[in-house]
Amino acid sequence: MSLLLEPSPTTIKEEKLYREMGLTDEEFAMIEKILGRLPNYTETGIFSVMWSEHCSYKNSKPVLKKFPTEGKHVLQGPGEGAGIIDIGDGLAVAFKIESHNHPSAIEPYQGAATGVGGIIRDVFSMGARPIALLNSLRFGELTSPRVKYLFEHVVAGIAGYGNCVGIPTVGGEVQFDPAYEGNPLVNAMCVGIIRHEDIQRGIASGVGNTVMYVGAKTGRDGIHGATFASEELTEQSEEKRPAVQVGDPFMEKLLLEACLEVVKSDALVGMQDMGAAGLTSSSAEMASKGGFGIEMNLDLVPQRETGMTPYEMMLSESQERMLLVVKQGREQEIYDLFAKYGLEAKAIGKVTDDKMLRLYFRGEVVAEIPVDALAKDAPVYFKPSKEPAYYREFQAMEPYIPDVANYEETLLALLAQPTIASKEWVYQQYDYMVRTNTVVAPGSDAAVVRIRGTNKALAMTTDCNSRYIYLDPETGGKIAVAEAARNVICSGAKPLAITDCLNFGNPEKPEIFWQLEKAVDGMSEACRALGTPVISGNVSLYNETNGEAIYPTPVVGMVGLVEDIQHITTQAFQQAGDLIYVIGEAKQEFGGSELQKLLEGRIFGKAPAINLEIEAKRQRELLAAIQAGVVASAHDIAEGGFAVALAECVMSADGLGAKVTVDGDMTAQLFSETQSRFIVSVRKEDRETFEQLVADAKLIGEVTNDGTLLVERAGGEAVIRLSVAQMRNVWKGAIPCLLKSKD
Amino acid sequence: MKFAVIVFPGSNCDVDMYHAIADELGEEAEYVWHDAENLDRFDAILLPGGFSYGDYLRSGAIARFSNVMKAVQKAAEEGKPILGVCNGFQILLEAGLLPGAMRRNNSLKFICRPVSLRVENNETMFTSAYKQGEVITIPIAHGEGNYYCDEQTLKRLIENRQIVFRYHGENPNGSLEDIAGIMNEKGNVLGMMPHPERAVDPLLGSADGLRLFQSIVKYWRETHVVTA
Repeated sequence: MSLLLEPSPTTIKEEKLYREMGLTDEEFAMIEKILGRLPNYTETGIFSVMWSEHCSYKNSKPVLKKFPTEGKHVLQGPGEGAGIIDIGDGLAVAFKIESHNHPSAIEPYQGAATGVGGIIRDVFSMGARPIALLNSLRFGELTSPRVKYLFEHVVAGIAGYGNCVGIPTVGGEVQFDPAYEGNPLVNAMCVGIIRHEDIQRGIASGVGNTVMYVGAKTGRDGIHGATFASEELTEQSEEKRPAVQVGDPFMEKLLLEACLEVVKSDALVGMQDMGAAGLTSSSAEMASKGGFGIEMNLDLVPQRETGMTPYEMMLSESQERMLLVVKQGREQEIYDLFAKYGLEAKAIGKVTDDKMLRLYFRGEVVAEIPVDALAKDAPVYFKPSKEPAYYREFQAMEPYIPDVANYEETLLALLAQPTIASKEWVYQQYDYMVRTNTVVAPGSDAAVVRIRGTNKALAMTTDCNSRYIYLDPETGGKIAVAEAARNVICSGAKPLAITDCLNFGNPEKPEIFWQLEKAVDGMSEACRALGTPVISGNVSLYNETNGEAIYPTPVVGMVGLVEDIQHITTQAFQQAGDLIYVIGEAKQEFGGSELQKLLEGRIFGKAPAINLEIEAKRQRELLAAIQAGVVASAHDIAEGGFAVALAECVMSADGLGAKVTVDGDMTAQLFSETQSRFIVSVRKEDRETFEQLVADAKLIGEVTNDGTLLVERAGGEAVIRLSVAQMRNVWKGAIPCLLKSKD
Repeated sequence: MKFAVIVFPGSNCDVDMYHAIADELGEEAEYVWHDAENLDRFDAILLPGGFSYGDYLRSGAIARFSNVMKAVQKAAEEGKPILGVCNGFQILLEAGLLPGAMRRNNSLKFICRPVSLRVENNETMFTSAYKQGEVITIPIAHGEGNYYCDEQTLKRLIENRQIVFRYHGENPNGSLEDIAGIMNEKGNVLGMMPHPERAVDPLLGSADGLRLFQSIVKYWRETHVVTA
């Protein structure tokens, strides 16, 4: 639309055109009051993106306040590009997770690729060197052609971007459930390393300092992406494909190297990624955080198309762009630095003292808005919350007791469930080794990346069993944090902190808001119990297709510190003769379990219970044993229960088997998903020390060298006798096989 | 011995190559930006993996026009050891320093995993530390590693023993004759898809790649006898 054809302020008001941009009548009235006049078209657009849920967290802010965010090792909590945690030696780790769900539902390759690009920029905008990527994915069942298409292209998009930029994709998770059929989840996490003195923030300050634009030129792609992300998906969403951006990982690689060089220069005042809401959010937020104003001349903005209007430039979400504030008089140094990488840095404005965002275009002021009204003073809503009827029904149900006749067949069927099956098909497409620091590659509990020049390493994982959260958001929220911590502990690391990506349905529905509230309550409690504050995160609401919400899915990304690389542990059994222990007793807990899904085709009842005190104690003891050097392998018991976890321990070892004896109700022993449990193997000579350190460990058998998994009752009767090779075939073949099948 | 690690815009295994030489091999390494015109002060040239210029066109098709490639050409003529890994191999093909071309993997997917390689010729300056026919483990990570050349070229490659590495067991990308790495006729330019620089530390799974770099050093020592 050319400038001349834009509707006038009066038309915008009278014809309520702001509604199309996602603003309510009340919000429009607020804008009128703030400005003391009617906003023009550009200003209305600016307000609408800045006040979208995606940028303002207007619906989730009151809930997010409940998260514990402090700790003596926290150097940067939520509110910046990424959170930062001290890891000693003058080093810190920066990380964050972010969603790119809606774009990926419409255009899976570019949607996923640009999600990766955005999270990488969040991390290097802090001055940190990105060292690893993870992603947490949810899709519908792999039986529909549409889901297969989304799955294959999302994975290809992540690979295409991450591989090219040269940051290893080391871990994550993929789960499948009909709840995500129309609305897949694509959450990307980036972890970076930074020296304390290099930490930098997205702040504009110093009157007269220069506002500089670097990176890709601005095009018409992604206009209103943030608004689109804050609505439900419908059959018409396909029409919003132009709101999906296109990624250029090569540009990102150049920008990354150049920005990490510019961080070392004292000419830099602040830097922020032009992410959601692009030039608008970066300029308004930087000015608001610094307590200054910014004015920019839009004629100077590098443009890839002709005839772009201020509205289009301010709302474009073209990728691979950064906004810098540079000390006045030092511009040439910055130009030269970027020129080395073939990039043009361009001065487009300056910092002012009047706390206004003022935009010029062809010599005229085209927007003039108080920066705080766009950033910290955006409206906040306290949404009504209501316990859903389904929850009361589930809580009132008698415990579900499954009927399993053949344990071997059931185990094989569980190993073939796509959520449990090997994700090799996925991670083989990711370069998980580049930068040659990946000690534990994808496939074990957590990925482990060493820190060059030190004896330390970082363990990292993403986790969330959304079925439990659907059944009981508070308990499920606790479990999500606890499970992430278990994975980190099993790798030999001490959990440091979490980042979270809260994927929920439409918060305007009280039942959905209730899920959000309760899940955050549960997560917060677990974070306190396990000593892992929330240092960054992202909220993705409105994950609904034609009125149907996804399962509430608050993905937890956790990073832990391995103090000494000698402590690094995996789930794979190490040698025949090692003793096998289980930590924790199985109870009859099948609500939301893989077994329930397999047998009933749906989930219902109560989520498994969790006692955070017991959880914390077991985690502490197991880590102490690992650090004492008496644990050969460690694995947490999760989806599919004990039998699946044990199978994973033998399948990830070469040529080994296991022989264990199990007592009590066999279905519960093998397949219950009771929480806070682990399978550990220990060398015989370490038996005594291990048993002293881990009170709840029970000896159940031995690692063998016959390539067979044998589970016996106390009397010696075999309940499972399967060759590891056969299990591995089923487990590794499941996903490729589903993708190849025609129906 | 002094190694040059060439950095093109979009190279991303340059750091790995550097550390393999400096930390594990214990020799001198230096990054050289793509606009350099002179490589005379280096004893060996390494072209690392990555996505030079994004590889939006054919892999390596733009990088071959970089300034530094003239200097690489000169070093090749002088007989200095030149190793191109992954994208580096693709650039050497595009530059005509090695024969043949690269196609997309037959799976049409990027593939990253450790593979088994057979050492087909251990009488080279790159492989003398291996046994003839030895099977080693080195990772691959590429989307275009499906090597191809015409029949006559293949005949020459075989006759001159220019095929240095073949995939052992499963061929991961569909390359002709399971080719994983080839050298020029003179024997001083080696291109290979697997990443020896990723296999120099047992902590990361394999150290089989280190001997390739050790072979280069051995060759250099033997040909540069210091006379007092």
